[in-house]
Amino acid sequence: MSAVQLTPKDLKSDQEVRWCPGCGDYAILNSTQAVLAEIGVPREKMAIISGIGCSSRFPYYMGCYGFHGIHGRATAIATGTKTANPDLSVWVVTGDGDAMSIGGNHLIHAMRRNVDLKILMFNNQIYGLTKGQYSPTSPAGLKTKTSPYGSVDLPFNPINLALGSGATFVARTVDTNPKHIKSTLLAAAAHKGIAFVEIWQNCVIFNDGAWKEWSTKEARAERTIDLQPGQPLVYGKDNEKGLRISGGEVEVVAAADADVWDPTTAAPLAYIMAYLDEREDLPHALGIFRQHAKPTYDGAVKEQVDFLTAKKGKGDLKKLIYTKDAWQVS
Amino acid sequence: MIRFAGDSGDGMQITGNQFTDTTAKVGNDLATFPDFPAEIRAPAGTRAGVSGFQIRFSSTDIYTAGDIPDVLVAMNAAALIVNYKDVAPGGIIIANTGNFTERDLQKAKLATNPLEDGTLDGYRVIAIDINARVTEALQGSPLTSKDVLRCKNFYVLGLMYWLYSRPIEPTLEWLAAKFAKKPELADANQTALRAGYNSGDIHEVFQGRYEVVPVENALPGTYRNIMGNHAVALGLVAGAELAGLKLFLGSYPITPATDILQHLSELKEFGVITCQMEDEIAGICTAIGASYAGMLGCTTTSGPGLALKTEAIGLAIMTELPLVIVDVQRAGPSTGLPTKVEQADLLQSLFGRNSDAPLPIVSCATPADAFDCAVEACRIAVQYMTPVILLSDNYIANGAEPWRLPDMDKLPRFPAVHVTDTAGYAPYSRDAKLARPWAVPGTPGLEHRIGGLEKEHITGNVSHNPENHQLMSEMRRDKVLGVRDTIPTPEVSGPEKADLLVVGWGSTFGAIRSGTERLRREQNVSVAHLHLRHLWPLAHGLDEIFARYKQILVPELNMGQLSRLLQGEYPDHRFLHYGKVKGKPFTAREIREKITAVLEAKS
Repeated sequence: MSAVQLTPKDLKSDQEVRWCPGCGDYAILNSTQAVLAEIGVPREKMAIISGIGCSSRFPYYMGCYGFHGIHGRATAIATGTKTANPDLSVWVVTGDGDAMSIGGNHLIHAMRRNVDLKILMFNNQIYGLTKGQYSPTSPAGLKTKTSPYGSVDLPFNPINLALGSGATFVARTVDTNPKHIKSTLLAAAAHKGIAFVEIWQNCVIFNDGAWKEWSTKEARAERTIDLQPGQPLVYGKDNEKGLRISGGEVEVVAAADADVWDPTTAAPLAYIMAYLDEREDLPHALGIFRQHAKPTYDGAVKEQVDFLTAKKGKGDLKKLIYTKDAWQVS
Repeated sequence: MIRFAGDSGDGMQITGNQFTDTTAKVGNDLATFPDFPAEIRAPAGTRAGVSGFQIRFSSTDIYTAGDIPDVLVAMNAAALIVNYKDVAPGGIIIANTGNFTERDLQKAKLATNPLEDGTLDGYRVIAIDINARVTEALQGSPLTSKDVLRCKNFYVLGLMYWLYSRPIEPTLEWLAAKFAKKPELADANQTALRAGYNSGDIHEVFQGRYEVVPVENALPGTYRNIMGNHAVALGLVAGAELAGLKLFLGSYPITPATDILQHLSELKEFGVITCQMEDEIAGICTAIGASYAGMLGCTTTSGPGLALKTEAIGLAIMTELPLVIVDVQRAGPSTGLPTKVEQADLLQSLFGRNSDAPLPIVSCATPADAFDCAVEACRIAVQYMTPVILLSDNYIANGAEPWRLPDMDKLPRFPAVHVTDTAGYAPYSRDAKLARPWAVPGTPGLEHRIGGLEKEHITGNVSHNPENHQLMSEMRRDKVLGVRDTIPTPEVSGPEKADLLVVGWGSTFGAIRSGTERLRREQNVSVAHLHLRHLWPLAHGLDEIFARYKQILVPELNMGQLSRLLQGEYPDHRFLHYGKVKGKPFTAREIREKITAVLEAKS
């Protein structure tokens, strides 16, 4: 990459931002603008592609190329854009409804193919734009307008879905911690291949406080653990506690005895970290769950085209149409 | 005309295609019609498993694969019983008695043997135990006896080559190339082919050999044999090149459109990118994403797939990006008859989207015409920044005809422009054709946002302004209607004024053209034929044409779609609908009989 230097301001568009006051999206927008200014890509080579939902208004507020698509299809549109021009830095902004419900099929296949896209999934466990219905990540029992007696749906664990789909970079961050958003998105941007980033995001109107048990500054130290490459699995106010994985079980140990986190491992440790979500007695994991190096889809497509063009010579339309078995009528 | 019929595992399609290629080389005009079951391998020997391939060839121009076979080759009892009624009275039926055993009759649900019970009275039946003959010919072959029997289709092909005086060399060469890595298979099939050919002389089963001389009035030029799906693939590659763009195909396999994806996936050296996606929606969405990035996006499908793509087509209309959507129609609704023909997606193409969402529609009439129509669809998409639907159907897709190859240097170019000038750029400004400028990501200074929300005129900003929505809706309508300024008024075949005008579209071309020509020639009937390539917008000048005829008949393989469109657009005229939805094309005879009936009713 050339040494392009941008400021966050370069990545703001002239459009007025219209999310509800207090929405978690503001913090994510600001952090994303700060990150994109730092990744060394000129802004004309950035494309932000979204589906439908509150989060999907994102492209309108960004000063680069943007495409506001249709419900659930952002990953498919982005796959086309990235494959057509691998030179672009393509980001998908989506929500839990857009990505995991109507767009679930495109999401899992983009992850399995390892298309070089950066997917930011804002998870607020609710449909906001349609004003408050349960989503595929809402906890069972959640009372919403369409589940007045409590939702009987069981939710997805987005991290496990991404891991199971073969995503090569899987991470989680939270809207209350701009510094963590920034470091996570920078790592995602640096990853060659698909990056799936779940962002816990607060919907102040329809599901306020859904994450507060884990996301507030006070709760984070005790209730979350940050998975960082090469760092010990420690948490607590003074990082005094640690986690150790042994025989498929997670146990709390002294910080000094904690395992060191390695997201590049082929061992299924990331799944175990994702299942911490179901443990009341253990912290939920943030940070980088998996970081694997694999060939990208868009790269492989280009490679085949380049290889066969070099091997066969640039296609000649006349030869393609005037085949050997053609005959003359005079 | 010959029909080959056997089990779907008997290789009837290969046999038919080989006969077709050789016949084209001999210089006959031809048309073909494969008719195969939806199941790849339905239970062997049953009626459901019968696969057919029909070819008509002649010294004169022909337009259809024919109505009534002169020769039926029936590889087993089921194939015979499904097909014999179509054969011309006195026609030849060649039956493989090797597959008329008690068990074969049972599988075909026959109580008695039709070769012996009088079913075939009135036909010239030639009963040959092809199984035995092939086994005999391949004595000493290293193949298993099962594999030996699989060569029987080439024995039959050899026999038909003898009967119609075709050379066997092209097929011998084809076999050598196809089985280059399995010489024992090449050798066995070649031996079977020769044995079949020689049997014509040796066994004297036929009274004589047919000679079909080359077509005399064919236009001079270079020809090759082409199937419709292949022609669409080539047309898309040519269309992209004429636009100065690279082609992107996002698709999902669906019968009968899959061949287009397969053909294009071979053409990497043309810079063609093909993505086989997870579903129909992803197929079109990747194509839209690729067009957004500056390629010529394209998606291929059949009716059920077109239904799934509906919302995304609306997105392409709203974002005003070029896109070609190929719908190879099949009989429906729902899964319907996936391997059978119908022309019933016209109204879906016109109106099958939420709100007012106009787009141009082009339809091809024959396999060779599919090339020109694909190029035309690309032209309109690029020049007008719009999605375009190209309608083909199963009869065109899998049918073949000689294609008079275009002079590639003389095809008109329609270069696409990716704007780069930042001065005065506005995402939804418009040119004389009402097309908006195409600024692709990667272009410095033109960063902008598009999407499915209504856009403000000129700026492209999101707008909920009532006046703006009215204006933009009219813009989208007028842009598409403007396409008619760049399309010719179609020519009428036949008299300028007459008692009846037959208006058709798509693959009914052959049946209508041959039916109307024959009625004029043989019975001096006052009838003309108009075939529409552009179904939306409709060309200028149609109103004046319609006014010159006393009656207008619209035959279609549906329950009344073009007729309904024309009735709405030209209410001063009356359009008589003539429909057929049997999963089969019109025969020229059906068209002739209908014309005669319509004219008689009037007089």
